[in-house]
Amino acid sequence: MSPVPTDLPSLLTGADDAATLDRLRARLAASADDRELLDVAYRTLDSPLGSLLLAATEQGLVRVAFASEGHDHVLQELADRVSPRVLLAPARLDLAARELDEYFGHDRADFDVPLDLRLATGFRREVLEQLRGVGYGTTTSYAGLAARTHSPRAVRAVGTACATNPLPLVVPCHRVIRSDGSMGNYRGGIAAKRTLLALEAA
Amino acid sequence: MSLPPFEELVERHGARVLRVCRAVVGPDLAEDAWSETFLKALQAYPRLPADANVEAWLVTIAHRAALDQVRAQRRRAVPVGELEERADERTVGLDPDLVAQIAALPDKQRHAVAYHYVAGLPYDAVAEILGGSADAARRAAADGINALRRTLPTHARTHR
Repeated sequence: MSPVPTDLPSLLTGADDAATLDRLRARLAASADDRELLDVAYRTLDSPLGSLLLAATEQGLVRVAFASEGHDHVLQELADRVSPRVLLAPARLDLAARELDEYFGHDRADFDVPLDLRLATGFRREVLEQLRGVGYGTTTSYAGLAARTHSPRAVRAVGTACATNPLPLVVPCHRVIRSDGSMGNYRGGIAAKRTLLALEAA
Repeated sequence: MSLPPFEELVERHGARVLRVCRAVVGPDLAEDAWSETFLKALQAYPRLPADANVEAWLVTIAHRAALDQVRAQRRRAVPVGELEERADERTVGLDPDLVAQIAALPDKQRHAVAYHYVAGLPYDAVAEILGGSADAARRAAADGINALRRTLPTHARTHR
């Protein structure tokens, strides 16, 4: 038997198909955005805290994730909770990436990038909104943050809201520490939290 | 069950869909067919049942996109300059004789060969895309492959 049938796929493979597919994928991301089919765009960003995953809806930055959370896991969570129309599309994250680079380079204290807080609802969302008022280089306690909400005694719920913050760094849950001055938990790990507080103190 | 991020589909199936498009519409139109296929797939994706056969679904969309494209191609007169430009970007590493012989196959044979031998779909899935029975799809693919064997005797040796 002639080998033509089984060889057909390889006979139809171009010499530079990897580059061709990269180009086609970039074109797909751009056309999808034009036709309002790009529900979630994402990219990764190298940072002093390791690789960060950045994801944005058409409304704004919706998720910042540490490598320790498992980027694949986070992308699946976005597919389930926001939309499965998820594509690698760095252009929409240009501003967020630049602002984070500036932040890590001591060139930025506040973030202007539009945010989409849809992954936090109810009280958790209220906590995140209050968190945005905790300024660069300062810290507050979980009790102190609770006091700014409508439920000043819900200290544990504030802890949960910080621990599940979908937008760490940009919504500064790392500025919340325990009343006794110890670090408390952090989505990116305690070492990352310490690094950020040291960066902001420098 | 939930749908994976669409990017995973592009990653997993992108290269194969490109080969299928080359077989169906030829290398010059294949990239446009690929883009149209994945855009249409992205649009419909949220409604895809989580247990669907993704490969067959994508090939079905590619088939329709290819038909649309060929129709559009016949409608508009392509300026000579554009044709030359397309020839310049012709995919490196493809045998022009093979491309010409596949293009010369009757539509049904070319489609059956592309969806069975290039996409890897079983004949019942090919039949669902083309209409008709699985046996008819099998015969069309066999006729197409035999025609390629007759016209491309050297491929057995040179492309091993």
